Amino acid sequence: MAEFRLPKNSRVGKGTNHPAQQGGNTRKFNIYRWNPDDGNNPRVDTYEVNLDECGPMVLDALIKIKNEIDPSLTFRRSCREGICGSCAMNIDGTNTLACTKGIDEVKGEVAIYPLPHMEVVKDLVPDLTNFYAQYASIQPWMQTETPVPSGRERLQSQEDRAKLDGLYECILCACCSTSCPSYWWNGDRYLGPAVLLQAYRWLIDSRDEAAGERLDNLEDPFRLYRCHTIMNCAKTCPKGLNPAKAIAEIKKMMVERKVA
Amino acid sequence: MSQTQQNSGRPLSPHLSVYKPQISSTLSILHRATGVALAVGVLVLAWWLVAIAGGAEAYDQFMVCMSSIPGKLVLLGFTVALNYHLLNGIRHLYWDTGRGFEIDSLHRTGWMVVIGTALLTVVEWALAYGMV
Repeated sequence: MAEFRLPKNSRVGKGTNHPAQQGGNTRKFNIYRWNPDDGNNPRVDTYEVNLDECGPMVLDALIKIKNEIDPSLTFRRSCREGICGSCAMNIDGTNTLACTKGIDEVKGEVAIYPLPHMEVVKDLVPDLTNFYAQYASIQPWMQTETPVPSGRERLQSQEDRAKLDGLYECILCACCSTSCPSYWWNGDRYLGPAVLLQAYRWLIDSRDEAAGERLDNLEDPFRLYRCHTIMNCAKTCPKGLNPAKAIAEIKKMMVERKVA
Repeated sequence: MSQTQQNSGRPLSPHLSVYKPQISSTLSILHRATGVALAVGVLVLAWWLVAIAGGAEAYDQFMVCMSSIPGKLVLLGFTVALNYHLLNGIRHLYWDTGRGFEIDSLHRTGWMVVIGTALLTVVEWALAYGMV
């Protein structure tokens, strides 16, 4: 059953304010904080950052805060160019990558929370264990029965390769899955948009020979069919992909194999 | 809240309270809300049929209730819910064919449903009053 209220230990309290050292073109960043070691509830701390001395992206501001104001601020980041998916978080009310979200895209104070409806490890770091386990459950590798052609790879026509466009670009940042209300309420049993997009990526790969088993594995009231076409996934994907469409294609494959 | 969440002592990150309402999710939850409203509204329909079977006095009673301002508001809500659920249902059928998933088309069909609901409702009530 969906639990709409946050549990008692998760309600967010007021935090501390870190005003700017000196004036200049400052902007307030309101950032979710939770420390596993002090036994307190989460809080929102406010940091004032001088934008004249800061890079253009939200990640630049986070790094500046960590370096110059509060070294205890904890977040994941790596590539800083939108290809690793580490810095996925909720910025200004929608999920995106801090490294590709410009500070100038946000009007007024910048609210930053961890990816929604996830267990928080610390501050902006969510626990992705369940997300990765769900990814493993769709067996994201090529499965074949026919022997490998001798002396060459398994080839694919250009048309078949083109079917993977809009799918292979997914970086598994979990922005889409954690934007989905259906995944919020049923994340333990519903696979969510990111993992289903990956499932479709293998279903339509012309070289994969396990489509039947893959569809059997998804034929379930929860794993696939908790998608109600809410479409927050496609709206929020920082890579501009469309998980909802991939899910619709899987649903079509389910029908087509019954009718055929 | 999952079992592990209860055991770990880790907080659950905010969701409904921080996620900006999207046109996509708003129209989606409206579809469910109007569906529930229609299910409840069927009770009025049942009352109407029972009143017909109950004779002139029972039917008069029903008509008096439904002609009152609150009664008309209920009927207005019922027609709005019916029109929205019908039009958005067609949108869902279109999606089931694998089409209409691009963001711009999503917005377009969404607004078509909202405007269509308003237009249909106005036309229905104009017809109802024109014929009385």
